[in-house]
Amino acid sequence: MENSSHGTIYGINGPVIKVRGNHAFQMYEMVLVGHDRLIGEVIRVFETETIVQVYENTTGLKPGEPVISTGKPLTVKLGPGIIGNVFDGIERPLERIAEKTGIFIKRGSIMDNLDRNKLWHVRMLARPGDYVNQGEFIAEVKETESVIHKIMVPPGIKGEVIEAVGDGEYNIDQTIVKVRDGKTIHNLSLVQEWPVREPRPYYHRLPLNIPLITGQRIIDTLFPMAKGGAAAIPGGFGTGKTLTQHQLAKWANADIIVYVGCGERGNEITEVLEDFPKLVDPRTGRPLMERTVLIGNTSNMPVAAREASIYTGITLAEYYRDMGYDVAIMADSTSRWAEALREISGRLEEMPAEEGFPAYLPSRLSEFYERAGRVENFNKTEGSVSIIGAVSPQGGDFSEPVTQNTKRFVRCFWALDKALAYTRHYPAINWTNSYSEYSQELSEWYSVNAHPEFMDKKAKISRILQEEEKLLDIVKLIGSDILPDEQKLVLETARAIRQGFLQQNAYHEQDTYVPIKKQYLMMDSILRFYEKAVKLVSIGVPVSVIRKSGAFEELIRIKYNIPNDDFSAFEDLNGRLEKILEEIEAEYKK
Amino acid sequence: MNVEYMGLKEISGPLVVIDGVKDASYEEMVEITVGRNKRLGRIIEIYGEMCVVQVFEGTRGISLENTRSRLLGKPLKMPLSMELLGRVLDGIGRPVDGLGEIFPEKSRDINGEPLNPVMREYPRNFIQTGISSIDGLITLIRGQKLPVFSGSGLPHNQLAVQIVRQAKITDAGNENFAVVFAAMGVKHDVAEYFRQSFQKSGVLDRVVMFRNLANDPVVERIVTPRCALTVAEYLAYDKGMHVLVILTDMTAYAEALREISSSKGEIPSRKGYPGYLYSDLASIYERAGMVKGCKGSITQIPILTMPNDDITHPIPDLTGYITEGQIVLDKNFALKGIYPPINVLPSLSRLMKDGIGEGYTREDHPHVANQLFASYAKVQEVRALASVIGEEELSPVDKLYMNFGREFENRFIAQDFRENRSIEDTLDLGWELLRLLPKEELDRLSPDIIDKYYTVPESKKGDF
Repeated sequence: MENSSHGTIYGINGPVIKVRGNHAFQMYEMVLVGHDRLIGEVIRVFETETIVQVYENTTGLKPGEPVISTGKPLTVKLGPGIIGNVFDGIERPLERIAEKTGIFIKRGSIMDNLDRNKLWHVRMLARPGDYVNQGEFIAEVKETESVIHKIMVPPGIKGEVIEAVGDGEYNIDQTIVKVRDGKTIHNLSLVQEWPVREPRPYYHRLPLNIPLITGQRIIDTLFPMAKGGAAAIPGGFGTGKTLTQHQLAKWANADIIVYVGCGERGNEITEVLEDFPKLVDPRTGRPLMERTVLIGNTSNMPVAAREASIYTGITLAEYYRDMGYDVAIMADSTSRWAEALREISGRLEEMPAEEGFPAYLPSRLSEFYERAGRVENFNKTEGSVSIIGAVSPQGGDFSEPVTQNTKRFVRCFWALDKALAYTRHYPAINWTNSYSEYSQELSEWYSVNAHPEFMDKKAKISRILQEEEKLLDIVKLIGSDILPDEQKLVLETARAIRQGFLQQNAYHEQDTYVPIKKQYLMMDSILRFYEKAVKLVSIGVPVSVIRKSGAFEELIRIKYNIPNDDFSAFEDLNGRLEKILEEIEAEYKK
Repeated sequence: MNVEYMGLKEISGPLVVIDGVKDASYEEMVEITVGRNKRLGRIIEIYGEMCVVQVFEGTRGISLENTRSRLLGKPLKMPLSMELLGRVLDGIGRPVDGLGEIFPEKSRDINGEPLNPVMREYPRNFIQTGISSIDGLITLIRGQKLPVFSGSGLPHNQLAVQIVRQAKITDAGNENFAVVFAAMGVKHDVAEYFRQSFQKSGVLDRVVMFRNLANDPVVERIVTPRCALTVAEYLAYDKGMHVLVILTDMTAYAEALREISSSKGEIPSRKGYPGYLYSDLASIYERAGMVKGCKGSITQIPILTMPNDDITHPIPDLTGYITEGQIVLDKNFALKGIYPPINVLPSLSRLMKDGIGEGYTREDHPHVANQLFASYAKVQEVRALASVIGEEELSPVDKLYMNFGREFENRFIAQDFRENRSIEDTLDLGWELLRLLPKEELDRLSPDIIDKYYTVPESKKGDF
């Protein structure tokens, strides 16, 4: 049988190699290619030839070198040691690669995914005699100060615990529990393996009625995202996709963040690595890095691993979901992943569909986004995976295939706008092109947890913005002087909303994250003022008088002037603004 | 092993196919002898005993029968030595200045290896270029990759020369600084212009020049930037130097890539460029940066001409997705006689946020930059309105914007080719312009910054 698990290289074209001499390879099986044992994956099987994509640079490979079968699909190791780490696209730890090969990543550096020497303090939950099912917790490990890592029975295994170690220090390879299922005995350790392309199982899905609070006003208020939902951030270059992703990774109220840098800049990974350990999670008071795992397959790293990085990321996310955590995965950017598909497809000489992308692009995208969800796990806990995918449309044109197909599978669409970015209006989320289909399902949560009138106020704010949009078309033609005063007031108020509410400064200590309560109060102040001003205008007060009072400027500066932890200032502000309007009214009546 | 293969199986554009090859390895170099002349090629695809080879000097004069090929047993390597400084090389790194051979200290695979992101150092050091629009609004940071998006007929070459001449990178001491210049598919006089400019500013002996001119073989162009960056990496990471790499013209490079891709019969994606254009460009641009434990740095200024001035064309588009910002030149500015014709609105420096402000440039820098952008963006709206209803009909505030716009273009953006402004001058000029607008319009500034800088100190009032 020895021979049947070997093949030899016959052809080489970039990351794609053709293998002959063995037709027992399975589809999507992981193989080791050449004398350097580069990691590859079977992507096509013919009668005479097998096609393998290689996750590393293929320079120097020769026909005739061996290709060894491993008999299992591309898998990741799941266990303590994942959080706080930086991996490449196939879960190899970049820090340890750096210790071994210096500043450059040399190929063929096979190594353990997780540290095998580290001893973890394990608290046992399973006792001999217990009957355990798949997903059940058998032990606990404090992975970081913020994360308790639950050791679970791997999917597909059940039975009676016949042996269990006591609490103590163990490494990831040691057997901590033996489970007997009929005649088979399973040795369970702190790690399990899972094929990346296969979704991990759960008990059943739950409705998406809890928002993922991000502290970003335009998102939380106008286009909210649900825990377990899927969102896309499309935008041309320089519109702030990565900045928005970083903001979400920093402030979203998820327990675990998986950040996948897929085919993007190396310095962006570096930036996260420098920033996150310094930033403090407002909920736990611990560094953000203690709940974050990074997967960095930058644009200059091998293209096939870029394709895998998305799956590696989502598998890690699902694993933590199974423990009952809310996990958010940021994929920056899914376009690079789609392009990796296209590149491999091109080398296979497949018949292309739109713009050279393979015809299976939509099905791959839908498979990926469908792995988001809020679920009840087998162990009765509830967890969620929320996907936020950046899309980099070519030429900023949203009609290209990746954006269009993504739109079909996500229900939250935060469209970034070049024109807004040019005026340095960040986040450059365009409020007319964006949408969230979750609003309806989340409205109850907002009424109960934020304020009963939250959704009402939000609708009013949207209406003013919509009206502005219409009026601006007129202004572009004839100038704003001709407009009647009620409409001028709409324009002024909309300006205050845009600059004071929608615009948010990621580099300002207070403004970078705004609690939902303050978001409500800000809307409230703006609308109160607007409604009173409407009354004044209706009795003939010119808008220019209100404008000169400086009230709009005060509304715009709420975000800086009122701190996040002291809302009493809102009352003062509302009183002050009211007084200004009253004075104007009195003056006018005289 | 000195096996020679006689003849070829197929010739197509710059590619030849050799049959019956034993023991070839992927990306191995091949020496092809045609009569008396020897050419170099590289294996880009292997299928059994057939190898597809791209021939660097082109396939002119090659027939199926008149060649002998020999495998060289190694991928294309760039010989490296400190002696390279001051030399002129061809597109694949062979000296063409008649100053003799270079004796290499070592040689390295030109493809390099990907930098491990955990070993990168996040770039934060400001480079003063003395050009207000760049220093003030599109700040260049050491270790950044900041391309110039230009068009035909625009002075991108002058701009690059001015940056090299004025960049305070030179102040780090002449010992520590080098320029690697790679010309791909440019005209001879352009390459000569750069050489003379380097000579005039007295830096020629710190420059390594790669020249693949417009009539040199197209295939060579594919390896030129890689050779250049291999030298840059050697100077930066082995020798601790601050290296400024200028790559011009990336459009010619991408076109060469397309030409080869189409002779290989690959499936094209947008505008005929291969689907891997993004990955390929990234493998060049991502070789900029700084790494932990090394003094040196690689700052890249690639120049590309946007075909038909279209910023959504695949080359500028994909470049913009990889690089850390862009400097966009605009024909309309050039027509108005503004040098440098930088359109600041679509321009961007992604790294500036961490390299400016207190401790780097001056505390008000981010605020001024933000406000200038916002106000100048507003000028565009007002201008659009003025073109419909006439400037006379504008409101008084809008008229102030019109004036601000003119002053901003003529005084802030425009400056002489020889003028070298300090960052303080640039920022003060920014404030001077912002004072043309009423305080209420400056919505990006916090009250304390306005108090500190907007209000003109009594003592200085006479100056304005």
